[in-house]
Amino acid sequence: MDLTEFLIKTATIFVVFVLTLVIAMYSTWAERKVAGFIQDRQGPNRAGWGGLLQPLADAGKMFFKEDFIPALANKWLFIAGPSLAMLTALLASAVIPFGSTFRFDGHEVVLQGVESNIGILYVFGVVALGVYGIMVGGWASNNKFSLLGAIRAASQNISYEVAMGLSLIAILMMSSSLSLGEIVSQQHGGNWNIFYQPLGFIIFITCSFAECNRVPFDLPECETELVGGYHTEYGSMKLGFYLFAEYINMFVSSAIISVLYFGGYNYPGMDWVYAQLIKAMGPETGHNIATLIGTAVFFGKALFFIFFYMWVRWTIPRFRYDQLMNLGWKKLIPLAIFNIIITGAAVLFLKPAITAWLN
Amino acid sequence: MQLTNRSKQVSNKEMTLMERAYIPAIATGLAITIKHFFAKKVTIEYPEVKRYLGPVFRGRHILKRDEDGRERCTACGLCAVACPAEAIQMVAAEREKGEENLYREEKYAAVYEVNMLRCIFCGLCEEACPKQAVYLRHDEFIPVFTERDQVIWGKDLLVEDMNNRYTREAWTKEEARALDAKRASGEATNVVPRAIP
Repeated sequence: MDLTEFLIKTATIFVVFVLTLVIAMYSTWAERKVAGFIQDRQGPNRAGWGGLLQPLADAGKMFFKEDFIPALANKWLFIAGPSLAMLTALLASAVIPFGSTFRFDGHEVVLQGVESNIGILYVFGVVALGVYGIMVGGWASNNKFSLLGAIRAASQNISYEVAMGLSLIAILMMSSSLSLGEIVSQQHGGNWNIFYQPLGFIIFITCSFAECNRVPFDLPECETELVGGYHTEYGSMKLGFYLFAEYINMFVSSAIISVLYFGGYNYPGMDWVYAQLIKAMGPETGHNIATLIGTAVFFGKALFFIFFYMWVRWTIPRFRYDQLMNLGWKKLIPLAIFNIIITGAAVLFLKPAITAWLN
Repeated sequence: MQLTNRSKQVSNKEMTLMERAYIPAIATGLAITIKHFFAKKVTIEYPEVKRYLGPVFRGRHILKRDEDGRERCTACGLCAVACPAEAIQMVAAEREKGEENLYREEKYAAVYEVNMLRCIFCGLCEEACPKQAVYLRHDEFIPVFTERDQVIWGKDLLVEDMNNRYTREAWTKEEARALDAKRASGEATNVVPRAIP
């Protein structure tokens, strides 16, 4: 790998990293704003125009609070908990394809941190690691409520990962590729997976709500039963990192949803736009601008799903813990398996039949 | 006995498959919340926008002057006696010759102080006053204190400004009730607020 390539990769990773952080930061603002709007309030509107400086104020507050470690806590693991949560949350964004390619000086730069041919497996591995952040933090606090909250979070994440993986298998059967870039480019021209996999999509989005510990599955945090859940003993920026990691997870899962089911950076009529731009501005600038439009579309989709997370949060009351487990094991997993069978049958019999009929 | 028509019969019937699937119910819920998202917000942004609180609101104190601009207060101390929070203090003085255009009675309050941290805005001073001198304004608040010396208000802040007089539609309970009755029957529509009790 020569130096230019290395620098380009570093820059891409850096941009992805910063974008993820900024979006997560403004998700906290958007969460409060959406909450306010849905409850017929205004939401934060004092810090900056429309409250836009609120995330900075919150971060400042978090930084200047006392950084406290309980006497009987395991000090190193207590610090490792939020670090792990943050690390795993940020790692997942590396393989997301944010757009097609940029061209300059004969280089072709893919708008993706790492072009991995096992992208979706990587995401799954990293998301599964996310449990450790919560578990380690909850255990190291040396507090029964923290531990109970952490165990709840861990068991919930593990249960829903099964159904999530099974719902994904149906996608993989259609795409026959694990690469996220490949899955996106296969959805080119309006062939979005949502039209072929509506059931899989519902299962996937339900599971991602559970994975992100969002309402209606926000059982790890429960004031009435568990004080604060796994972060009862945390304060200052360590608590901030836990909350922040949750928002990063939310963005990453929104991005993954739009990649897997909503065609990523594809949008209707993109070939026409591409041809017009190439004609008007030449193969280099035109291509780059077309890529930028695609990236904007991708972010639009991802941000819509972040909004959807918030929208659902203020709509549905939370489940009880047994209801959560029943839904995960007795409903979603059988449904996901059923979905796999249907998809298999369609791929084997329906698809050849339709292709033959069309020809 | 049915009080409202919003009550629903409780039922233990088995849910249908459609109901157990949750999705239609969730969609209905989402539709309701998104309607609120775009609805007009009910917030009144307080320090910038102040809402009219009605003619019976008891806010900032005022020491009234009469039609010639003379202070009505005669420093009898009945307001201070009536005050349950003991927020009012005054020092009386005798009117000198040549001060007839300043003070209505032969005795007046040289010092009249209200401690705004003690005051509970009950309006008993207003009711106790035999000279119709002290009132709680219905249209102004006490501003937020930022310094300790802003807490005790003296005559400089309390006595009415002749160029910007405090006006009310009704100055006594009887008058207010009569006005309400007239309004209810649809007689009086526009009552001109006046400054003199």
